[in-house]
Amino acid sequence: MLDNLFLLIGITLMYSTPLIFGGLGGMVSERSGVVNIGIEGMMTVGAATGVSVAYFTGNPWFGFLCAGLAGGLIALLHAIASITFKADQTISGIAINLMGSGISLFMCRLLFDGATHTPAVERKIPKLFGDTRITGVAKNLNVDLTVIFALVLAVVLWFVFYKTKWGLRIRAVGEHPAAADTLGINVALTRYVCVVISGVLAGFGGASVTLAIISQFSPTAISGQGFIALAAVIFGKWTPHGVYGACLLFGFAQALTIILGGGNFAVPSQILSMLPYVLTIIILILFVGRSVAPKASGVAYEKGAR
Amino acid sequence: MDIKKDYAVQMRAITKKFGSFTALDQVDIDIKKGSIHAILGENGAGKSTLMNVLYGLYQAEEGEIYLEGEKVNIKNPNIAISHGIGMVHQHFMLVDNFTVTQNIILGNEVVSGAGVLNMTKAHEQIKDIVKKYGLEVDPDAKIEDISVGMQQRVEILKALYRGAEVLILDEPTAVLTPQEISELIKIMHNLAKDGKTIIIITHKLKEIKESADVCTIIRRGKYIDTVTVSEVSEEDLAEMMVGHAVKLVVDKTEADPKEVIFEIKDLVVQNERKLDAVKNLNLKIRKGEIVGIAGIDGNGQKELIEAITCLTKSKSGTIKINGKEIQNTTPRNVINHKVATIHEDRQKRGLVLNFTVAENMIIENYGKEPYSKKGFLNKKAMYENAKGLIKDYDIRPDNCEGLLVRGLSGGNQQKVIIAREVTNEPDLLIAVQPTRGLDVGAIEYVHKTLIRERDKGKAILLVSFELDEVMNVSDTVAVIYDGTIVETFKQGTVDENTIGLLMAGGAADGKNS
Amino acid sequence: MEKIVNLLKKQITSTIIAILCGFIVVAILLTLTGYSPFEAFGILFNGIFSKPKYISQVIIKATPIILTGISVAFAFKVGLFNIGAEGQYIMGTIAATVAGILFDFPPVLQIPVVVLSGVCAGGIYGAIVGFLKAKYGIHEVITSIMLNWIAFYLGNFVVNTQRFHQPDSTGTYIINESGFTMFLYGWKRSEEGKAFLMEHPVLLDVILKTDVNFGIVFAIIVAVAVAILLKKTTKGYELRSVGFNKDAAEFAGIDVKKNILHAMLIAGAVAGLAGALTITGMSPHKISTMGTFENYGFNGMSVALIAGSSPIGCIFAGLLFAGLLYGGGSLQSAIGAPSEIINIMIGTIVFFVALTKIVPVLADKLVKRGEKHAR
Repeated sequence: MLDNLFLLIGITLMYSTPLIFGGLGGMVSERSGVVNIGIEGMMTVGAATGVSVAYFTGNPWFGFLCAGLAGGLIALLHAIASITFKADQTISGIAINLMGSGISLFMCRLLFDGATHTPAVERKIPKLFGDTRITGVAKNLNVDLTVIFALVLAVVLWFVFYKTKWGLRIRAVGEHPAAADTLGINVALTRYVCVVISGVLAGFGGASVTLAIISQFSPTAISGQGFIALAAVIFGKWTPHGVYGACLLFGFAQALTIILGGGNFAVPSQILSMLPYVLTIIILILFVGRSVAPKASGVAYEKGAR
Repeated sequence: MDIKKDYAVQMRAITKKFGSFTALDQVDIDIKKGSIHAILGENGAGKSTLMNVLYGLYQAEEGEIYLEGEKVNIKNPNIAISHGIGMVHQHFMLVDNFTVTQNIILGNEVVSGAGVLNMTKAHEQIKDIVKKYGLEVDPDAKIEDISVGMQQRVEILKALYRGAEVLILDEPTAVLTPQEISELIKIMHNLAKDGKTIIIITHKLKEIKESADVCTIIRRGKYIDTVTVSEVSEEDLAEMMVGHAVKLVVDKTEADPKEVIFEIKDLVVQNERKLDAVKNLNLKIRKGEIVGIAGIDGNGQKELIEAITCLTKSKSGTIKINGKEIQNTTPRNVINHKVATIHEDRQKRGLVLNFTVAENMIIENYGKEPYSKKGFLNKKAMYENAKGLIKDYDIRPDNCEGLLVRGLSGGNQQKVIIAREVTNEPDLLIAVQPTRGLDVGAIEYVHKTLIRERDKGKAILLVSFELDEVMNVSDTVAVIYDGTIVETFKQGTVDENTIGLLMAGGAADGKNS
Repeated sequence: MEKIVNLLKKQITSTIIAILCGFIVVAILLTLTGYSPFEAFGILFNGIFSKPKYISQVIIKATPIILTGISVAFAFKVGLFNIGAEGQYIMGTIAATVAGILFDFPPVLQIPVVVLSGVCAGGIYGAIVGFLKAKYGIHEVITSIMLNWIAFYLGNFVVNTQRFHQPDSTGTYIINESGFTMFLYGWKRSEEGKAFLMEHPVLLDVILKTDVNFGIVFAIIVAVAVAILLKKTTKGYELRSVGFNKDAAEFAGIDVKKNILHAMLIAGAVAGLAGALTITGMSPHKISTMGTFENYGFNGMSVALIAGSSPIGCIFAGLLFAGLLYGGGSLQSAIGAPSEIINIMIGTIVFFVALTKIVPVLADKLVKRGEKHAR
């Protein structure tokens, strides 16, 4: 029993971690007023970059950092399009998704002799209590360090958003850019920073799949996590704690399907796999209903228009 | 006048053009330090434009600005703020879901250490300012939860918190109740006593008499005069503001009302926050009369209109047109019962900006012959209809039926709505703030149209926050206060003061209820 | 001058500029990674145009994404973002497969039954999204994403049920031949047909070696029908008014919720049709266990965006998209350049489509500057 419980917790945390990075990234961007539907693409780029760098340098940490950098770089494209050129943010985000997976596989093929997946890295990101020492029941609680990072990140973002001047400014820019502008806050710069940060976080999220959960990149390494993260942003009502909770819930539902699937239940695994998604819709109907996005989200800011 | 150090603001020969339209033509103004200086002018006279130039929101084509004798170049609001100029816009610049304190400190936060907000200290600083000038606010309340008057104080606090020495208030009383107005005037005097310079932009004579020391009058973009308020009468000010040429009294004959066609009984409507906003409201309108609802914004007008048009549910009571109840049905049903509405928000509710003029003209009738034939749109009929209306209502530019309505001026957009609603041949025509944001010529046109429709025997409900408009156009004036009609008068039987008092919740006999 | 400006204001100009930018960016990328862009583009175009068979393949591949593109474009016009075309497409394939296996009517009945099953399944699936938005105000993007995954697993579930699973395979049984919509399917396999085709190598190439089918005809009909629906009918007027300004539509007495529901129903049905036609018109005429999304719906989003949400435009954008994908497939074997370069190209094109919305604005500014100079 305890075994199963620990397993459940372990798998929940494992599955939710990439979503948390992606979701928090999406939240930061949307809070500043830029819809970021390109999280999926940014995660893919991070996943590919992280594991490639780690493979060649032998250092997973360096790989993780580079994943963030790569995610940030591709996010910069989204920022240029949606802030400077006031392009349609949804279209730009979709383009980022297309380019993200294209670039990742393209680089992968170039670097690894035409293969669509990278070789496995020897050193993954270590687990919380080292790799070998913990055995037995508690083994399942020996989670990847990325799990801890995700938690720390959520706490830090919560602190930044609600306790610091930067958080106050970001929120103001996302809600009422004209008001922020009249008070001397640089709306465009704030949004640029937030979009790039969102890319960095999404990149970390991608790397937390390929450097912690599995140990290589393949075309299916990132398949839909970015979109689930996006849903978690809405579900979590654009707050760090809400997004964290929403991702945890997804992870939990995923873990549940695995645990239940392992037993001798009569339910086919495919039906069980639907559980997280069905559950989300039901929860939305029952409890959440209309969630209110930041007011200026998705709207390019025109100076002087009010 | 020379440029002097004891003048907070001196502007010289300011000219500002918007395209081919000259909004300001060589305007001068001198504002003494520590005074309350009113800028008086009609809607569209250029007074707000002048102050927007001072605040750096607009750049003048010509002219110079001096602050305390020093020439300055104000390219944007940040520069204005750094020179100690603060502005409270007519439409507040507040973040709705932030607290009062958060709004005040935004962009100029009190921090301890690396960017961490020190809210305790911020509270103290704000409290000091609050105490000094008597600006009572709850620092922890959210903007969306406080009254408009309170929000205005937050705007003033924002400016003072940034060390404003010159405070520009753009139409500060437009949205306030009389009590709030008198408190605002008190605050203005407190500020002036402390050496701050106050500039108020307004077209309300009474308030200028009550609050200002000096008044500069602007008419159609031109400087007219600057007077010491105590030395002139309201009548003098009015004459200078309007000039002799324009007389804003609407030409109309006595109404000849027939039977009651529209009746509201004991109507209760809740607002978005589930509080009763319309409380047991009763109203009757007869054929051939214009009933004007006078009241300050936020006394239930919005909810009343939404209930009549079935955009929102009525909690109880009945709304009858031609004897049939229409409450709690659908907007479509209301239209079918021959009620037409000119909504106050023409871009949100009145028009589909990305539709052509012709398409907008049939938005209520697209499903009927001749516009729809077996489920298909009849483009020819649609365009012919539009062509006719464009001609009849003089909508510019000519032959604009195929243009997107987005490209039309505000006045012409309003004409599109009016043309459409009037041709629906309604039994009841509702006009909510029908002249908001329009220039003088367009306003006159709208008023004439309303009266013409009245003379054709229609019932007309006019809702406006401009008391002058209600008084000039209506045959019957109904005063709304706190969600209910407190008193109804035949036009001409009462003066503005009595109605003003009722609008503020006072009783007609002069006692507060 | 005025002519240039007017030209710049046309949407097609923006789109062409975006496509050119896509080629330029990819050319730069290829050069940087040591490939000759000219050679690569040569192979690309050869892979599309050099043989009738190739052209035929492109058209076949384009059919489903033209339809999912129309589905997305249509929803866009009503102000909805149909990210759920993927799930609706999958539902279409599932329903068509199930119906195609369960029933075996004569073709004249079988084909409509199979195709309509897919259309209905997609339509209902879309309507769920519309219903949840209209009734509970839940954002269509979030429900669509969830429903995509539910459809994905439902497909895998159906594949693994005893009734439909073909033993020793990863897929279901093939649907009954009476449901096939290939062009001259029976004839081309008859002795007579084979003999005829042997004498006409071009036709042999096109008809026998590819799954030439009626799908593209359906796609064009749907594109025209949706365009007419939007532009010429009263219903289209309603839908467009809801899409542009739902507050004004509501105030004018138009039932916004009903229209959202209808719009999603139609969008879903079109995506479902795409799924059904894939099953009836293309081998392997069955569904298989999916490891990841097959992207027919997601590609539809790109098609719709490149087409500027015009249903007719979707035909051309779909052909372009399919052409690039199909032609690009041979890049890897021919010069060793990763064929994913095509995905980058499509992404870049979509990106520039987002950017080039600014071209008409710039054109306006150009005019204004011109006027100033004239003074």
